[in-house]
Amino acid sequence: MSIPFPFSAIVAQDEMKLAILIAAVEPAIGGLLVLGDRGTGKSTAVRGLAALLPKMRAVQGCRYHCDPSANSACEDCVRLKSGAKPKTEELPVPVVDLPLGASEDRVLGALDLERALSQGIKVFEPGLLARAHRGFLYIDEVNLLEDHLVDLLIDVAASGENVIEREGLSVRHPARFVLVGSGNPEEGELRPQLLDRFGLSVEVKTPTEIAQRVEVVRRRDAFERDPASFVALWAKQDVKVRRQILQARERLPEVVVGDAVLYRASELCVAVNSDGLRGELTLMRAARALAALQASPEVTQEHLRQIAVPALRHRLRRNPLDDTGSSERIERALAELWN
Amino acid sequence: MELSDADPALQAAWLLAVDPQGLGGLCLRGPAGPARDAVLASLRRVLPPEAPWRRLPLQIDDERLLGGLDLGLSLAAGRPVAQAGLLAEADGGVLLLPMAERVDAGLAAKLASALEQQGGPRFCVLALEEGQSAEEQVPASLLERLALIASPAAPDLATAWESAGEGRVLPFDLPFDLAAARQRLPDIPYDEATVHALCGTAAALGLVSLRPPWQAWRAACAAAAIAGREAVSHQDAELAARLVLAPRARALPQMQEQEQEEPQQQQESAAELEGEANNTPPDSSPADPPASDQEQQQAPAPGEAPEGQREEALQEQLIAASQAAIPAGLLASLAGAPSRAAGAAGRRGAAARPAQSGRPLASRRGSLRAGSRLDLLATMRAAIPWQRLRLMEREQQVPGAPPARLLLRRDDFHIKRYRRPNETTTIFVVDASGSQALNRLAEAKGAVELLLADCYVRRDRVALIAFRGEGAEVLLAPTRSLVRARRSLSGLPGGGGTPLAAGIEAAWLLGSSLQSREGGRALLVFLTDARANIARDGSPGRSAAMQDALSAAQRLRASGLASVLIDTSPRPQPQAMVLAQAMAARYVPLPQGQAADVHAAVMGAR
Repeated sequence: MSIPFPFSAIVAQDEMKLAILIAAVEPAIGGLLVLGDRGTGKSTAVRGLAALLPKMRAVQGCRYHCDPSANSACEDCVRLKSGAKPKTEELPVPVVDLPLGASEDRVLGALDLERALSQGIKVFEPGLLARAHRGFLYIDEVNLLEDHLVDLLIDVAASGENVIEREGLSVRHPARFVLVGSGNPEEGELRPQLLDRFGLSVEVKTPTEIAQRVEVVRRRDAFERDPASFVALWAKQDVKVRRQILQARERLPEVVVGDAVLYRASELCVAVNSDGLRGELTLMRAARALAALQASPEVTQEHLRQIAVPALRHRLRRNPLDDTGSSERIERALAELWN
Repeated sequence: MELSDADPALQAAWLLAVDPQGLGGLCLRGPAGPARDAVLASLRRVLPPEAPWRRLPLQIDDERLLGGLDLGLSLAAGRPVAQAGLLAEADGGVLLLPMAERVDAGLAAKLASALEQQGGPRFCVLALEEGQSAEEQVPASLLERLALIASPAAPDLATAWESAGEGRVLPFDLPFDLAAARQRLPDIPYDEATVHALCGTAAALGLVSLRPPWQAWRAACAAAAIAGREAVSHQDAELAARLVLAPRARALPQMQEQEQEEPQQQQESAAELEGEANNTPPDSSPADPPASDQEQQQAPAPGEAPEGQREEALQEQLIAASQAAIPAGLLASLAGAPSRAAGAAGRRGAAARPAQSGRPLASRRGSLRAGSRLDLLATMRAAIPWQRLRLMEREQQVPGAPPARLLLRRDDFHIKRYRRPNETTTIFVVDASGSQALNRLAEAKGAVELLLADCYVRRDRVALIAFRGEGAEVLLAPTRSLVRARRSLSGLPGGGGTPLAAGIEAAWLLGSSLQSREGGRALLVFLTDARANIARDGSPGRSAAMQDALSAAQRLRASGLASVLIDTSPRPQPQAMVLAQAMAARYVPLPQGQAADVHAAVMGAR
């Protein structure tokens, strides 16, 4: 088993790290879009976070590694749970890469051709979505992925269930994962409809300070030379992050969202003229997760303010004649509302 | 023999041999030829004989690449037969990628993720790029993971290879012991000053990604290991800057304190570029002296000199070295560089990839390649008539074989087919001449932006051609990126003559190349006042210019491209109408200040 680069050893990129933490605390946020240049540590962060999360308990023999305590209705669990108490096993939180050019069959799952042809049995062969259940699905260059695949993915990510109805197969299985898409907007853009489906959107930039860039190379060098001791060096910080996530998950249902905050969220969405109601919802969920992460019993206006840009940035209706970036427009609205 | 005396491409190959996984790979640019063969042969010879060396065909499918089920064999044997993927076969060795500029985005993504995957097969990629233009390059996602880039062009390398004859014993082969170098590699200590200088150099060259500085550091370590040094020296750092950072440069570094020398130095670097082909040792390169002087001043007393100063001197030295190694014409080509990844999907290797969505067509006999889907029903239907024959045949060949319900052969496979949806590219041809600039260039820009927003929503692609002064220029190759389109439009300067014929011709070239593609469709939108005054050959004169423009327009019409001509002159002009007729374009006068009407007019032309 190889060792991923520790999450807390990633230099700078605070906005991205915070967004990943929020998505890990509140998967209902509906995915994370990371826009920016190559080589800014996007996939390293996702892998690092998954590695620091505690192993998950899963039903042994279930192809979708369902949670034993959850009331799962996937065919494997139904079969396994019908008899004696099913055995369980501990698995690391999965991070599944979805490569560009992956076929629909490989993503959704398809008829197991091998067994269909050699034995004449109709068996469903799970795809990448099944493997990503309860973990992370990472798509590099999501803006270059074919539109119909992105549609499918976002649909599954929102409903938490993958339904396959074709070639005489009728399968549904749970697929709850945190969707992390990354890409460079200079190489092609996502349709606005799809943008809107992502919960948070962060823009990553390479650190411009030489000192930070040197630090990146220094840590990478130390890691490559001796991964085990480098990880041990950062273990303490990683444990801290893990504890923060776990506690935040516990606290999340208890965090209070006051009417004043909700009002403010709606005001903000109206002020920046964001499309649809998903903006308010995400804003509220993200602010709640942020409050939970900061061990605050209640969502405050400050939480709202801190998360407004990543939650709304990609939901603004674009005016091609207006060159101001979305982030600035939100900042401006924030400044007006909070004076 | 010193490592630095060898050809840069050879040095790159040797660095790769020492640290194949750390460096990820090498991209060799340039046409096939003896020089490239020499580098390949040298790398093969340096590597241990047991290291695998695999060629990757462009049309490889997922099963062959990543491993999976061999369907043909499985059917024949009646049990699953697994095949190892090419990546697994290349474990511990080299994956050779010929014609790397034709790799599609999907394959590039798979290779890139395999290169970075820990715990998977450990291999390095040797990409052979033969692209002629800036458009034909290794996909950026893959190139990003290959640390080294070099062009084997040295003539003496070629002649040495040619004259080596049958035995192929190269005079410049193997100046070091690979096993010893690999052993030394992990012991080379981290050096803050070198890393700092490499990061600074990367920043000065406009590199935003954090990978190149890291890759350059690994390359410097490998160079030190080859040279038998215990720590990275400034030569190693220089070599790394030349092989890793310089070929990726996106900006010319701004040298401090040397501004006055700048023009001269650039000439010198240009001279050195030519000289480099003659295997100039870097130490005698003309761009170096100022930097090495400083180094000499500092070198005797590194302990006394403050650390910061030493770093600065090293960084300047590295910048000078990489500046000399920036390939000629690289930066110029970057300016209008098309976004490789966005537009290319349908053009190269991917053109053979079957469409996976769209209207279904009748299924057809075929083999299961990447991206194709089996039509199970049609496959069964094709197999059923043969069952009795096949059963009898099987009984003869394998007496007592277990009974089977259905005997399938590879020939039975039927593949689902879809009609690919048409892809429209709107090509804007904007007149940016002096008369136009006076009149309504700003308004024309506004109209284009309105149209852009619309193209964006419908996932159409846009391209932008501008003509002014002496000729026409493709400012933006077909792209879906609104950001890029808007940027190149707002940067469009006005002024100069009106080479209308050149503009029409450029649009015709681009449009017909788009339409020759499968399912491609082009719509040309001209924004001009049609006051041509520069003829095709660049000479001024109204009547000749208009003649040329009309004949270009007729050619456009003959090729059947749909077009719209938007007359931007203050009052509608007869010559614009004549021109529109000649190219069978829809004629739309642009009313004063009504960009939105243009929008409506073009929408109507679809």
